[in-house]
Amino acid sequence: MGRFVIEAENLVKKFGDFTAVDNISFQVGEGEIFGFLGANGAGKTTAMRMLCGLSKPTSGRGRVAGFDIEKEPEKVKSSIGYMSQKFSLYNDLKVWENIRLFAGIYGIPKNEIEEKTDALLRRLNFEKEKETFVKALPLGWKQKLAFSVSIFHKPRVVFLDEPTGGVDPTTRRQFWELIYEAADSGITVFVTTHYMDEAEYCNRVSIMVDGRIDALDSPANLKIRFDGENMDEVFNHLAGTAKRKGD
Amino acid sequence: MNAIEVKNLSKSYGKAAALKGINLEVSRGEIFGLIGPDGAGKTSLFRILTTLIYPNEGKASVEGLDVIDDYKKIRQIVGYMPGRFSLYQDLSVEENLTFFATVFNTTIEENYYLIKEIYKHLEPFKTRRAGKLSGGMKQKLALSCALIHKPKVLFLDEPTTGVDPVSRKEFWGMLKNLKKEGITILVSTPYMDEATLCDRIALMMNGEILKIDTPGEIINQFDKTLWKVHGKDMHRLLYDIREHEGINSCFAFGDSLHVTTRRRDMKPEELSSFLVGKGHSELTIETIEAGIEDCFMDLMK
Amino acid sequence: MKQFYAFVRKEINHILRDVRTMMILLAIPVIQIILFGFAISTEVRNADIAIYDPSNDAATQRIGELIEVSSYFNVYKYVKTPQEINNLFKRGEVSMVVVFSDQFREKLMHTGKAEIQIIADASDPNNATSLTNYLKGIIGSYQQELMREQKVPYQITSEMKLLYNPQMKGSYNFVPGVLGMILMLICAMMTSIAIVREKEMGTMEVLLVSPMKPLLIIIAKAVPYFLLSCINLTTVLLLSIFVLDVPVAGSLFWLITVSLVFIFVSLSLGLLVSTVTESQMTAMLISGMVFMLPVVLLSGMMFPVENMPFLLQMVSHIIPAKWYISAVKDIMIKGAGFEAISKELAILAGMIVVLLVVSFKKFKSRLE
Repeated sequence: MGRFVIEAENLVKKFGDFTAVDNISFQVGEGEIFGFLGANGAGKTTAMRMLCGLSKPTSGRGRVAGFDIEKEPEKVKSSIGYMSQKFSLYNDLKVWENIRLFAGIYGIPKNEIEEKTDALLRRLNFEKEKETFVKALPLGWKQKLAFSVSIFHKPRVVFLDEPTGGVDPTTRRQFWELIYEAADSGITVFVTTHYMDEAEYCNRVSIMVDGRIDALDSPANLKIRFDGENMDEVFNHLAGTAKRKGD
Repeated sequence: MNAIEVKNLSKSYGKAAALKGINLEVSRGEIFGLIGPDGAGKTSLFRILTTLIYPNEGKASVEGLDVIDDYKKIRQIVGYMPGRFSLYQDLSVEENLTFFATVFNTTIEENYYLIKEIYKHLEPFKTRRAGKLSGGMKQKLALSCALIHKPKVLFLDEPTTGVDPVSRKEFWGMLKNLKKEGITILVSTPYMDEATLCDRIALMMNGEILKIDTPGEIINQFDKTLWKVHGKDMHRLLYDIREHEGINSCFAFGDSLHVTTRRRDMKPEELSSFLVGKGHSELTIETIEAGIEDCFMDLMK
Repeated sequence: MKQFYAFVRKEINHILRDVRTMMILLAIPVIQIILFGFAISTEVRNADIAIYDPSNDAATQRIGELIEVSSYFNVYKYVKTPQEINNLFKRGEVSMVVVFSDQFREKLMHTGKAEIQIIADASDPNNATSLTNYLKGIIGSYQQELMREQKVPYQITSEMKLLYNPQMKGSYNFVPGVLGMILMLICAMMTSIAIVREKEMGTMEVLLVSPMKPLLIIIAKAVPYFLLSCINLTTVLLLSIFVLDVPVAGSLFWLITVSLVFIFVSLSLGLLVSTVTESQMTAMLISGMVFMLPVVLLSGMMFPVENMPFLLQMVSHIIPAKWYISAVKDIMIKGAGFEAISKELAILAGMIVVLLVVSFKKFKSRLE
């Protein structure tokens, strides 16, 4: 086991002639909140899929939670949590049914599920909603619940794909407070987002342009380096140089 | 005549109420923003105004035409860009544009001047299948197709959602240019920072309008003291500030915290001494003007 | 009008660019015709049978010869005792046993009547029926021989009458069936899916908020599938005539006319389905379950309708394909003209009217 929870070494992903991910390398430590930014088409989703064990790299290596992403993808998948904007929970199941389902999938022992479920609901102030169907929940509550479920089994790292899209500003921030708690408890958080202010909440941020990582540092350092008052300006500076605009 | 008029509009889907008695007016040539998160009712309002669905109660009109009785006439004079990308993925950029021009009984050449600024980004890709464009390009194409017949009113439902910030900025630039042509634009967005780019905005949440006014006025009407706070241990700072009973709210805003107070006359020193007592250092507390997001969060409560 | 053409052109583009689906739609009829024509045959060949012949006289031997020579049968064994028969069936070694009565020829000559018992393994009823019929045919041949020689009407009754298809070629049955199925598939299923796809993808929203009349949208969607059906109609007919040797005995004009009417019925069905479904999946399921399956089972394509229970026969009357297939059979195989198919034409035309009226009523120019 290395010191790092996520290690990418010269990862490349090609689809035919097209190089979606062009030789990226980085390491993420335990309990770090790592922001993964980039324009659409820059290669973020492809990179994330490789790290989650969902897609085989064309070349290069990677380790997540101690497992090789190419040789042991199944072990990677069972050691991580995952949540995206598009899919998080089953709409036609109740709140507690969803929790139980995912607890089962993640292999949490039966006798612990009830107690952990109650603790989760208490933390979110959701006890009243235990029997509610997820589709009846407002989006913000759904996303908060989905996040809690994704880390229910205390994985070493959780991948979040644009988790706060379309959520109201207050809930968005409450969501990030949950992320902080998770990071404090030692879970590494790998998150992509389009909200530039959220980039500031990360320990370090990488910005992908045309398949490569053009910048990787703490938000504070990036602002100094690129002479920006906020991450928005930093991003504009870098993404504006992108060639891959039509893709 | 107002370009758009909405009186007491309500819409429910079964038991779920999407719009609860909405009232608003949009003047001709205005860029009017509907600002709010998912579930606010923005899409339902759009669909009623573009005559795609019926309201349960209330009335609405576009350019003086009623959405129920005169729907055919409305459909001739409006442009519509629905939420997700709704053009033909397997037709090329050019083919999509030609198709929509023909459907609207016009040609690309006739109103080319309207989309020229936008189309110049698309031109290098004009033979490419629409499905293979990036998010930002797709939005530009959709906007072009909505404009090609020179509509009187343009309805844009979350045109910048899911699109990277650079393309978002470009898109709004294009909208500003359209204003010069006298086209009324009703646009919705969940991004609070885009609110200031509109002439007037309606803050929406859960089917209700929290406030309608110009962005400037809404900010003026923010009635609380707002501080921007920074310290060494930002994370702990957030929770400690909330412990102070003089504090109304404290939320993260990028690299600093926005704090509102219960009393208008509370002094920063009261907070800083409290925090120093808790072991915080390198504190800066600055009084700032509220942004739209601050106003929204305050109105939400 | 220009809008309509633009729309039709767009629809054709969609189809052409979905190469896979198009290949499938054009290839299905070809594959089916070839499969049904050559590979699959409900005919039976070289069925293993046994003969129990206690008489062993000139008559039984002659019949035995005819059986052995026939390509349908393979005389597996001449049984010595009746007890063996049971075992042969139990072990599945034969599908049928022919049992002559004793003193067969004598009985035949003196009383003019003789009996043959045919025991068939009916666990495959179709098989058994075919075999029994073949055998009866052979017995009938022998009877004819006797008649020619002796000029005495001997009674070995044969109940089979095979008109127009004396070799019982399966192809005659299948070509009309394949036509019915493929036209229904393209027109009903594909058209409804194409319309619903527009709804599902969200482009329907944009189209509705335009000056284009919604009805024109629908009709324009149907046009390319109409053209595709005509191509397939031509392909199937050409294949049948030149490759399978199934001729068009009757009028080509009426064949094409009734086919066009059926195409319109199917298109109307597709239209109706599209007005009541919101997802492509539902459209496909309804088309598959409610249209295709009944066409295959109840139209008379695979199994004779006359053998079905009364209720199902009634159901088969409302299936358009039944009338179409029956009309096509009349024209292609019996060489019938307008009078014979006038009933089917009228019924199909009536169906078009009913379907279109219902579709228009259900058609919504809004999203809900």
